[in-house]
Amino acid sequence: MSSMDATTPLQELFDKEDQTAPDTRSVWRRHQLWPYGYMAPVLVALGLVFGYSFIEVVRYSFYAGSVGQLTYVGTANYKELFADPQFTHSMFNNFKLLATVPIVTGASLALALIINTTFRGVRQYRAIVFLPYILPATAMGLSFSYLLQGKGVLDGLLHSLHLSFLIHDWLGSPSWVIFSIGGVIVWQQFGFGVVVFSAALLSVPGETVEAARIDGASWWVVQRRILIPQIRRIIEFFVILQAIIVLSSVFTYVYVLTGGGPAYSSSVMEFFIYQNGFENGSIGIASAAAVVLLAIASVFIAFYIWVRVRATKQDA
Amino acid sequence: MQHVRNVMRQLLLVVISIVSLYPVWFMLSTALKSTKYYTLDPTGFPYHVTFSNFSAVFHNWPILLWMRNSLIVTIVAVGVSTVISIMAAFAIVFGKGRGRESLFRSNIALMAIPPVALLIPMYTLMVTLGLINQLPSVMIFYTGLLVPFSVFFFVNFFREIPLELVEAAYMDGAPHRRILRKIIVPLSGASTITLVIVNAIFVWNELLVALVFLQSNTSRTLMAGLALYQGRYVTNEPLLMAAAFFSILPLVVLYIFGQRFFVRGLTAGIGK
Repeated sequence: MSSMDATTPLQELFDKEDQTAPDTRSVWRRHQLWPYGYMAPVLVALGLVFGYSFIEVVRYSFYAGSVGQLTYVGTANYKELFADPQFTHSMFNNFKLLATVPIVTGASLALALIINTTFRGVRQYRAIVFLPYILPATAMGLSFSYLLQGKGVLDGLLHSLHLSFLIHDWLGSPSWVIFSIGGVIVWQQFGFGVVVFSAALLSVPGETVEAARIDGASWWVVQRRILIPQIRRIIEFFVILQAIIVLSSVFTYVYVLTGGGPAYSSSVMEFFIYQNGFENGSIGIASAAAVVLLAIASVFIAFYIWVRVRATKQDA
Repeated sequence: MQHVRNVMRQLLLVVISIVSLYPVWFMLSTALKSTKYYTLDPTGFPYHVTFSNFSAVFHNWPILLWMRNSLIVTIVAVGVSTVISIMAAFAIVFGKGRGRESLFRSNIALMAIPPVALLIPMYTLMVTLGLINQLPSVMIFYTGLLVPFSVFFFVNFFREIPLELVEAAYMDGAPHRRILRKIIVPLSGASTITLVIVNAIFVWNELLVALVFLQSNTSRTLMAGLALYQGRYVTNEPLLMAAAFFSILPLVVLYIFGQRFFVRGLTAGIGK
């Protein structure tokens, strides 16, 4: 679809208005000052919370000591960081959690395809599945900490199902704990995927699917050849968004479920920054870790912007 | 064959629904049990219902204060960010002048920035300003964090508004202030509710910032208080579950009545 032949009456109207700046919908012909006044509060808020913080966090990462008496140490914090097994372990835990992305995506896409018809109760089911996504991770983490603890509810269930070989101390075993946290993340994000993909599937025109059915295509072929390719862009979005979430907002799960333990085995980068910055008071180390996190996140963010800009262009 | 498939689908959905709801049910059923009864049968149905855990939370915890704090912080941060984002989005979509598109693009990028990366500078700033343990510290931070998505959301919405509506008013000589107030804002009702709900969930549920900025018992938000008391009462499961249930109750009630706003708003980041 080219962007040229998809002009709406609206755009034509506005093209006549203003040939020079095709992105504007302004009715004001001359450049005026009021838009800057209207943007000013947002600029102040962003400048303070993002702009100021970016500059300061980079600056702190080259210093050691506490805020009152900072001493310049060059790149020593970064060297120390990558020599610190606690940091590299935390980083690898973030990477391990990336495994939840294909699981959430695959499972929720599968369910969205299965319920992509009208039958009794479909809306109610969707509402139930979406509920975990809005609930606070703090409260649900508390609930899960009892469900997953050694000899807890899950272990009891496994025992009564004669699956005793699967019984674990889900949060107390250093090798299992990060997967347990991943499980809770999947539980919370799954419904989001189902709703996103269901909405996308609803917008696929029915005629294409009908035509394929008439030609004798099986259910599976229709899904794989027609429906999934049609919503590919939404799937890409979802994958990138999930990757960013797993990388940069899983602190609550770790804090509430395990407190980073046992013996730091379930720490993630966010938790490392929190502990070093606020419990050990090493602002320099914590800031260096924050800069590393920003660097990793920006790779995903760049992807995200690329997908988004491409989508806007194709839609226009 | 079709019949078998339908039965299997229903079965799958029932299983998934149980898995989705079980942690919430476990929370509620545990909160309704006495400690003794919970120890005997943690997963059983609460046949001997007691409300003592709920009243204990109210009497022994400053939970009403925490709820009040959460509510104030949510209202201020969501209110301020919504108003300033509407103004900026109006200028981006309908204004003229350089820099509008760059502001929009930066908001898209900032939407995905990990808040933890901003935490240390914001903390030292709040220390300097003497705002630690004061609600304005988190209000300021949350307002900033909410702006990028809000601007993005309103810009996308304003771009769908028929230009004729704005043009007509302009021809009549209405100044931009009146156009925003009399045309754009009334048209944005449902969208604004959607955005407010999404942002309110974020603020209500946020833990990390509240934990760091609000360290005195009286200044905590509900989530920060809950996380702190977890360590203190870890062996009293029914009591903790009662407090946790209080924290999810407002969300569940809102969800039941305004489900479509939740779904629409939370999926708005996906797509265009």
